[in-house]
Amino acid sequence: MSTHLAPGNQPAHPRGHVVSWKVYLAVFLALVVLTVITVQVAGHDFGELNLIVALAVAVTKATLVVLYFMHARYSERLTRVVIASSVAFLAILLFLLLTDYVSRPWSLVAAG
Amino acid sequence: MSETALHAGAAHHEALQHHFTSLDQQRAASSLGMWVFIAQEVLFFGGLFATYTVYRHAYPEAFSAGSHHLSWKIGFFNTLVLIGSSLTMALGVYSAAIGKKNRVVGFILATILLGSVFLGVKYFEYGEKIRPCLGDGPHTGCLVPGANFDAASLHLKGADAGHVQIYFSLYFAMTGLHALHMIIGVPILLTIAYFSWQGRYGPEYHTPVELVGLYWHFVDIVWIFLFPLLYLIGSHA
Repeated sequence: MSTHLAPGNQPAHPRGHVVSWKVYLAVFLALVVLTVITVQVAGHDFGELNLIVALAVAVTKATLVVLYFMHARYSERLTRVVIASSVAFLAILLFLLLTDYVSRPWSLVAAG
Repeated sequence: MSETALHAGAAHHEALQHHFTSLDQQRAASSLGMWVFIAQEVLFFGGLFATYTVYRHAYPEAFSAGSHHLSWKIGFFNTLVLIGSSLTMALGVYSAAIGKKNRVVGFILATILLGSVFLGVKYFEYGEKIRPCLGDGPHTGCLVPGANFDAASLHLKGADAGHVQIYFSLYFAMTGLHALHMIIGVPILLTIAYFSWQGRYGPEYHTPVELVGLYWHFVDIVWIFLFPLLYLIGSHA
């Protein structure tokens, strides 16, 4: 362990995980393909499905960026906890807000 | 080799600050700090996305009418440009990790160039909507919410003109905050490119390149959601 810290002629050891440039290129191409898909789907009327597909594609793209471009896949566990918590708090914000706005017209109690 | 000797060996790196034990620990701490900042940014933008969700749920026709007035082709082009800038940024960090100094500078400059193309297109898009509001004429085509908002220039298809103004308020607020992040990112990238050119970073230490990369990718992610939510509402056949 930590042999790279030993004095000697070893080459400098890069900090963090180094991924091949091919991975970045593959992720980029996947992002382009997904963008084309989202535009193509928006060209047709699938009703409610349009929004679902658009969001599913966007979430997939964002996940690819976080995992590979932002190295989350190779990060420390604590970093992943922070990433997960940011998504969780955003979900709480959106979900609890919508429980209010979506349910307002339901008027379970008779007026007056 | 004893623990003390290991630390003494690591301490030779000039980038290692005295309150950290090793470069690895320093890098982990910096990276975590950046991620906490990004988590905070998620909620910062989250407020706008929440507002968007509530109003789109309330006025779907108005959001569709407003969205149809944006050019999805321009949004598509800008999405590709921004994804491209994320690729050059990732390759910049990669080049720093393998110690290719000149490539780091080149890739960061490419990132700045692509970011500038994005902002230039945004400037054109905004101008189209704002310029009619500034003239003395009848404000034909003015799409800035307010007294001069020209609802007649839109195909409302029964949507309420006031509700379409809510869509355009959110359009300007969300894309504006996103563009502001890019405008802030460019001088930071320039600084990092200059420091790279000076030879401050190498395989052992290039944390600032990584952190500005995280910031840039986050801004890319925000756009990944803004594009379909603002430009592609309803059928665009």
